[in-house]
Amino acid sequence: MARKKNRMSQEVNAGSMADIAFLLLIFFLVTTTIASDKGITNILPPKQDPNVPPPDIKKNERNIFKILINSNDQLLVEDDFRDNTEGLDQDIKEFVLNFGNPDQENVDLYNTLPPSLKGISSKDPESSDHPNEAVVSIKTNRGTSYELYLEVLDLVKKAYFEIYAERVGLTADEYRALSSRDAAEKELMQRGKENIPMAISIAEPDKTGGE
Amino acid sequence: MSKFKKKNKTEENIPTSALPDIIFMLLFFFMVTTVLREQELLVEQKLPQATQLQKLEKKSLISYLYVGKPKNTSLYGTEPIIQANDVPITTNDILLWVNQEKDNLSEAERDQITISLKADRDVKMGPIADIQFELREADARKVLYASVGKTK
Repeated sequence: MARKKNRMSQEVNAGSMADIAFLLLIFFLVTTTIASDKGITNILPPKQDPNVPPPDIKKNERNIFKILINSNDQLLVEDDFRDNTEGLDQDIKEFVLNFGNPDQENVDLYNTLPPSLKGISSKDPESSDHPNEAVVSIKTNRGTSYELYLEVLDLVKKAYFEIYAERVGLTADEYRALSSRDAAEKELMQRGKENIPMAISIAEPDKTGGE
Repeated sequence: MSKFKKKNKTEENIPTSALPDIIFMLLFFFMVTTVLREQELLVEQKLPQATQLQKLEKKSLISYLYVGKPKNTSLYGTEPIIQANDVPITTNDILLWVNQEKDNLSEAERDQITISLKADRDVKMGPIADIQFELREADARKVLYASVGKTK
């Protein structure tokens, strides 16, 4: 009897191996947090030298697209009061591609744009001269919520990315996914950005009110 | 005819002997890709939503700053605090912290350091502006506002 039992248990029972593996798998599935390093990129201005006075920049009012956000999360876009951010990206696109008073170089730039982008250009003398001059300025208050600030910044970025993507015939999502590691993709990226700098100015927030 | 019938009968059940191997393969995949969170979050983190997300290409260049309301309000109060590595810091410490993080990078990559600002959506712009000012002072000008994709 005993001998027979010994012979039977010679092989390890591997039937439950899958169950054990499943258990481990589920444990790792639950505990895994795939790190997401996604977000909106921004480059801060260089630090100011206290000995050098800030450069006196003379820029025409019409070349600056001003977005002010107060501590109650209300917006003042180009001196117009707004309650929400709807349509802001479209306004910025129109502003950047206005070509109100382009020089020769920017006339050439205008001619290289695809027809869909030319259509946006309204050549309004009261708006930006050309994309190289256009600056989008965001000024917040210390009491402004970070969420709204990011939403506005997101829309400004969206406007620029849509312009870039349109130039190379991609969608904005595809354009953002381009990687600078691949030579062909890098070239596309450069072609989209060429001569239309993403000029976003983020002003120091106001200290009054709010908090 | 009888030959066919016999063959049908033998092929009735799927062989499951390779199942553990498949599961193990999945298991190893997850074990390798998993990065266990090495630090405990002291602040609340509900990242804001955005649409124009970009991925960073070099993860070794990223350093994280967490901003938000402290979880342990009896210890840290209710005002937003900044967390770097494992400890809460004040805005004055940021300069030092950035220099420490830069020392961990190789000489050539030092100026490419990127700060991933993981700020809670309820934070106001005041603390964020202070952090940005300090980062400018520390010459770490690349900032990533960490956010999650918008679900429409």
